[in-house]
Amino acid sequence: MPVKRRQILLRTVVGWLAALVMFFPVFWMALAAFKTEMDAIAWPPLFFFKPTLANFAEMQERVDYIGHAWHSVAVAFGSTALALVLAAPAAYAMAFFPTKRTRGTLLWVLSNKFMPAVGVLVPIYLILIFVGWLDTLRGLIILNLFANLPIVLWMLYSYFKEVPGEIIEAARMDGARHDQQLRLVLLPLSAPGIASTALLAIILAWNESFWCINVSTVNSATLALAIASFSNPEGFFWAKLSAASLASVAPIMVFGWLTQRQLVRGLTFGAVK
Amino acid sequence: MAPAIGSLAVWAVVPTLLTLWFAFQGYNLLTPPKGFVGFRNFYFLLTDPGLPTVLLNTALLVVWPLALTIGLGTALALAYNDAFYGRGIARLLVIAPFFVMPTVSALVWKNLFMNPVYGLFAGICRMLGLTPIDWFANWPLASIVIIVTWEWTPFATLIILTSLQSLDRDLLEAALLDGARGFARFVYVVLPHLARTIAVVAMIETIFFLGIYAEIAVTTVGGPGIATTNLPFLIYSRALLGFDVGAASAGGILAIILANIVMVLFMRTIAREL
Repeated sequence: MPVKRRQILLRTVVGWLAALVMFFPVFWMALAAFKTEMDAIAWPPLFFFKPTLANFAEMQERVDYIGHAWHSVAVAFGSTALALVLAAPAAYAMAFFPTKRTRGTLLWVLSNKFMPAVGVLVPIYLILIFVGWLDTLRGLIILNLFANLPIVLWMLYSYFKEVPGEIIEAARMDGARHDQQLRLVLLPLSAPGIASTALLAIILAWNESFWCINVSTVNSATLALAIASFSNPEGFFWAKLSAASLASVAPIMVFGWLTQRQLVRGLTFGAVK
Repeated sequence: MAPAIGSLAVWAVVPTLLTLWFAFQGYNLLTPPKGFVGFRNFYFLLTDPGLPTVLLNTALLVVWPLALTIGLGTALALAYNDAFYGRGIARLLVIAPFFVMPTVSALVWKNLFMNPVYGLFAGICRMLGLTPIDWFANWPLASIVIIVTWEWTPFATLIILTSLQSLDRDLLEAALLDGARGFARFVYVVLPHLARTIAVVAMIETIFFLGIYAEIAVTTVGGPGIATTNLPFLIYSRALLGFDVGAASAGGILAIILANIVMVLFMRTIAREL
């Protein structure tokens, strides 16, 4: 069928063209990361050049990549782990022992995600000063925990709901306590769902910029803030900016790609599956 | 269940009440507290000659990216709905921008692309014999709209694509048999199916776009003048640059009210399907 074949070819061209345009800024940044500063601003733009790793060494010296990466890892993984521990029992209770108020509670949880962070910037800032947690990893982990808790709770709830109630019931008949039902039956059964919930929360916390820019300076600065320090115009450091950017973005992009199918459910609170 | 809901409640209620409390206080960290001042902070906020511009900027930074991401996202989703060679990999490339942290997106666009001398766009302009555009000086708001659109088009694409793939194939074939082709099929069959999804995308994006902050903080810092200052950036500059707790809190209350209007609309749309 030549018509059908031509359609597929046409779609291939259009689809790839769109993909290359959307991806070009990331590609261009990745390329610049391996250029010398002179090559990075050369005209005509260089697609072929002698690659160098010097930027990565200098980026470590200039912005202390490894130190900031550690903060990012601590904040992203720490806040996600805490969110899962807090949310799992709540999601379990709401999925298997719904009451009249469950629906209202869920909607209220969701509504928290809609609160603009900037609306509570002042009190949060003052509270952090008051308890001495300003610019600490603890403080930033707590902020990210609460920023993501509604999404985590919702996603876990929606995955738990897919587990047949009879299985939980059978475990209860066999004498399993609530925590045993949750730990030994529910968690293994919904492991893939929990994994994608965790991945989404990690991605969101890794890229979180508002709180980090506003409450961190040195001791808890994540990569998002380290990159922001390149915004001061003190000469051209495009190659170094690109190297630091690439090193900050690449790990989390792999996470994102791994979880892309589950992402939709998490980001729309289950409204689109 | 109690720990999660309880801590979330504390998190949700205490800071909001504090914002409300501070909004009625004459409290600047640089001067002695003046105590309760009634609606004075709101009075100064609402009569600030810059406020109309700030609100307009806030609205433009919601409306433009919304229209662009949903338009582009729908087009991309349609392009990716049917199989073609290498679709899986092409789709990974399309959604990649969503995982780039805002500070990186903003700085890469500002420097590598929009720099008036060495940027890629400037070079292309010169090649075509045109005068390069000084993006952040002459089109600051448009520049930020472009960056935000690039970041969020993958989100719209991914969600609209998911919804498209749940569209019943039989329905499309029935429409084809009834003589609906191409455009007619899109308008009368596909678009009604997508309507709710697009509403969901629009509302989630609105919430995020109302809070655009990092992209401004690392590029224009709200300027030139207040040309790119939106509500979040105004509150930030009152609070952490001006140390005016009262004024910033009054702005915060305004932001909370705006977000709640969007939220109520969102809840009405999705709550039915819970």
